[in-house]
Amino acid sequence: MSDLIRRDPRQEWIARNRLHPQHAELIAPAAETRGPSGLIRRNPHAVGFIGPNGIKRIDRLAGNGPQLGQRRGGAKAAAEVQLPLITVVTPDFYVVAVMDMVGGRLTGHDKDVLGQAHKLVRESDGEGAVVAVVFGESKEEAFDKAGVDRLIHLEGEAYAGYSPEARLTALSVIESQLKPRYWLFPDSINGGNELGCRLAAKLGERPATQAWQVDSSTAVCRGGSQRIDITRDTPRLLLLAEECADPIDETRHEVLPIELDTMPGTLVRIEDRGQVAVDPNQIPLAEAEFILSAGNGIHDWDQFHKAAEVLGATEGASRVAVDDGFMPRFRQVGATGTWVTARVYVAVGISGAIQHLQGIGQCDKVVAINTDAGCDMVKRADLSLIGDSQEILAELIQLVEQHRQGGAEDAA
Amino acid sequence: MPHDLNLAVLVSIGQHPKSGRARRAEQDARAVELGLKLVGERLELLHAGEAQQEVLRSYLGMGLKEMTLLEQPSAGDAVPALGRYLAQKRPDIVLTGVRAESGEASGMTPYLLGEALGWPVVTRIADIIKVENGEAEVLQALPRGQRRALKVRLPFVASVDLAAETPRQSAYGPGRRARIDNASVDAQQDQLRSQWQEAPARKRPKRLKVAKAKTAADRFKAATAKSQASGGQVLQNESAQEQAQALFKLLVEEGVLR
Repeated sequence: MSDLIRRDPRQEWIARNRLHPQHAELIAPAAETRGPSGLIRRNPHAVGFIGPNGIKRIDRLAGNGPQLGQRRGGAKAAAEVQLPLITVVTPDFYVVAVMDMVGGRLTGHDKDVLGQAHKLVRESDGEGAVVAVVFGESKEEAFDKAGVDRLIHLEGEAYAGYSPEARLTALSVIESQLKPRYWLFPDSINGGNELGCRLAAKLGERPATQAWQVDSSTAVCRGGSQRIDITRDTPRLLLLAEECADPIDETRHEVLPIELDTMPGTLVRIEDRGQVAVDPNQIPLAEAEFILSAGNGIHDWDQFHKAAEVLGATEGASRVAVDDGFMPRFRQVGATGTWVTARVYVAVGISGAIQHLQGIGQCDKVVAINTDAGCDMVKRADLSLIGDSQEILAELIQLVEQHRQGGAEDAA
Repeated sequence: MPHDLNLAVLVSIGQHPKSGRARRAEQDARAVELGLKLVGERLELLHAGEAQQEVLRSYLGMGLKEMTLLEQPSAGDAVPALGRYLAQKRPDIVLTGVRAESGEASGMTPYLLGEALGWPVVTRIADIIKVENGEAEVLQALPRGQRRALKVRLPFVASVDLAAETPRQSAYGPGRRARIDNASVDAQQDQLRSQWQEAPARKRPKRLKVAKAKTAADRFKAATAKSQASGGQVLQNESAQEQAQALFKLLVEEGVLR
């Protein structure tokens, strides 16, 4: 039906009648037409639009220029593009990637491993699904954008804390149930290396360790002291170095859960007695997990030290606090001092010079406590508290002490 | 500490990361230090590899009279020989480093030994606090300077992390005078490894930030703009108590309050 060319008598009539009010619109040539010689002809009068004040406007940025006023919300909505969803209905094989999940979230290393898994799937024949194995509590919301086709999430008492034996049993069950074509682990100190080595020893596979360039035929691995590269055939079990492949960022995936068969019981010979309290100020600043950092806005230093002690945070400082002699030089955070990697960084009275912001570039959650709502630290921070730092710290110390006492009473 | 505790430490030939010279391996030396702390001179030092390695004497120079050498070619597979020897000797604790400093350095030795002997494997320990009633209390090193207490049944294999106590200096003379006993083992060739190609490490390419912007204006912005992202929550007019509450909630969620 749509093949039929239908005439519109009314349109023809308007086109004939030069006095009709719609005549100009109908007759005006389109912005681009193909001329009789085959060249594209562009009508310069047809571009642009008439602005609100009656003047013709031409947007040469194609809608990408800075947005003003009420158009801001619209631009933001347009920026969140829905990525295409990739579905694997009946996978021919599985590639299993075991995640580190530091703090319950995928690390950059985990995402690289998932990217590598998809690279191996693309290079193999047949349709494969990437399975992510996650132990313990998960706070991750973007499994789909990281490239997880199938998810095995194992939670519960048995997998809490340090539980390599229970985890190894679970991986053996996955091995017998899914028969994965590849096992991928991040070669990291956050548990990936350990679990990978344990599984390799159990399955009798010889793993590729510190592998940094892997395709379906060969793997390039770093040897001891980072001095040699070993080129070898790709084994079934790989421990991948950081930045082994690009993470997935242009597609979405299904994240379908996989149910496992019943777990056999595990003989637990390593008992976890929990973490030991470590003096936070003995931890090197560069690897501290939780830093409470002081700047020019601190006036009550005794209170600041007390807050750090109560919170169990490692102390840091901005350059000004160090130059003024309130803190030692080795506590300085920033370009001249230490580049920190904390998961939580609380900046008290620090306005955020660019050198300082460089130093905290790798921090996950930044909290700013400041009197100035317009400072650069507030722009960087995930949570900003605008107010007097002394009052806020006093309230915080009180809250934490109550929390500690409450916990002690619960335990008793 | 029980008086009859038997402890074996596996040592390897280290390699200086820049010059490549053979040296006492850092993690293995820490394992020897930990062993000396626990049992003193009764410590059994074990190495599988070529004979005539002068570097082994730097371990002996830490205060030991003798060590055992399982002689085999450098291309041999150390694990079967070590496994047989340890199964025969049955020490209570076997200490190793986490990774070798030369060669493949897969870090698999403790796991393979644990699998071969049927013993539990504890990784990256910083200290052994005490051994009693057939159980050991072990301090494990975690990332970010944290420590975890573990309880393990004897016998077990443990790999010693760099977080353990720094090793004592090695004395040259006592090291020269100490004895190295050769134990004969039938060496096994590492077949798989002979097929691999080894080359000096190439510099890894740096990951580039690819600007996915469609227009020139976007690319310019990506290249020049300071981080404008203010996705963060700003609490401006709340009372100090509410603000502290919000911060407290975040700290608990992130699990940094212990």
